[in-house]
Amino acid sequence: MAKKVPEINSSSQADIAFLLLCFFLMTTSMDVDYGITRRLPPPVEQNVDDVKVKERNVMNVLINKNNKLMVNGRPSDISTLKEDAKYFMTPRPYDETAPEVEPKQIELLGEIMMSKGVISLQNDRGTSYAMYISVQNELARAFNELKEEMAWKHFHKHLDQLNEDQAKAIGEAVPVRVSEAEPVEVQ
Amino acid sequence: MGKFRKEGKKEVPQVSTSSLPDIVYMLIFFFMITTSMRDVELRVKTALPKATEIAKLEKKALVSSIYIGPPRDAKLGTESRIQLNDQFARPDDIADWVLQEREARNEADRPFLTTALKVHKETRMGIVTDVKQELRKVGAFRINYTTLKGSALEN
Repeated sequence: MAKKVPEINSSSQADIAFLLLCFFLMTTSMDVDYGITRRLPPPVEQNVDDVKVKERNVMNVLINKNNKLMVNGRPSDISTLKEDAKYFMTPRPYDETAPEVEPKQIELLGEIMMSKGVISLQNDRGTSYAMYISVQNELARAFNELKEEMAWKHFHKHLDQLNEDQAKAIGEAVPVRVSEAEPVEVQ
Repeated sequence: MGKFRKEGKKEVPQVSTSSLPDIVYMLIFFFMITTSMRDVELRVKTALPKATEIAKLEKKALVSSIYIGPPRDAKLGTESRIQLNDQFARPDDIADWVLQEREARNEADRPFLTTALKVHKETRMGIVTDVKQELRKVGAFRINYTTLKGSALEN
């Protein structure tokens, strides 16, 4: 007959488990990072002629070192930037001062008018990062609202309710055209 | 009255604690799975700006962070500095750092590597622009300006 093994006292198991629990509680960090995702343009070759873009197709946004905004040569404010950008990017075929439009065939949407407008963002080396993010955010908001309007018009759905194909079509119809100028040397 | 009182006979039965370890183990496993240990010690202050049009940073394993901000150590001044891994760096060091980060990843994952810029809100854009130029040179095009949730007009 096998010798009886004495039972191991398990009353301290809870204490050990608590110790481990405390350790993981302390070291855990469950913060999820959020942010504005952007794609940097590839580096430009030297001696390549700039692509000429018609003046009416560009909305120039400048931020100076005192965090003041200038839109198309006029002083502006961050509170109106979103509306300005939205108005600029909305296709207006019969407006001579608005960016040019061209018809484009997009799956699920049919033929729609697309603006050739580009928003050019330029900042000084002395601009504060907070201001830069605010401007980026307002521009992103303008594009997101245009997308939302487009989604509602064509699919009667909100942007976040679209399926994959629909979201792709909307993304194609309203491309986020924010171009950041090459940094200029400060004299 | 006293007639009806039972003298010290009725005791509350002991609550069994034998399932306590099991409950605690369950909690442990939860925290073990969700935990991600902080891998760097921050040497710069990074009070992030706020924004509304933000997306969640997916797949943390494919994200490498650059911290930019004024040093925590007041002796080092208030000028914003770059921190890569655990130490201060200059913009020239970024190219090497990106290559190192790429080496550490699976080959299939390398094109999806994102660089998160965690920048103090009062930093001047000059240093951020330098970093962005370096990232462009070395081909790390996917970037993320890490921000907090909140109205951008409050920045």
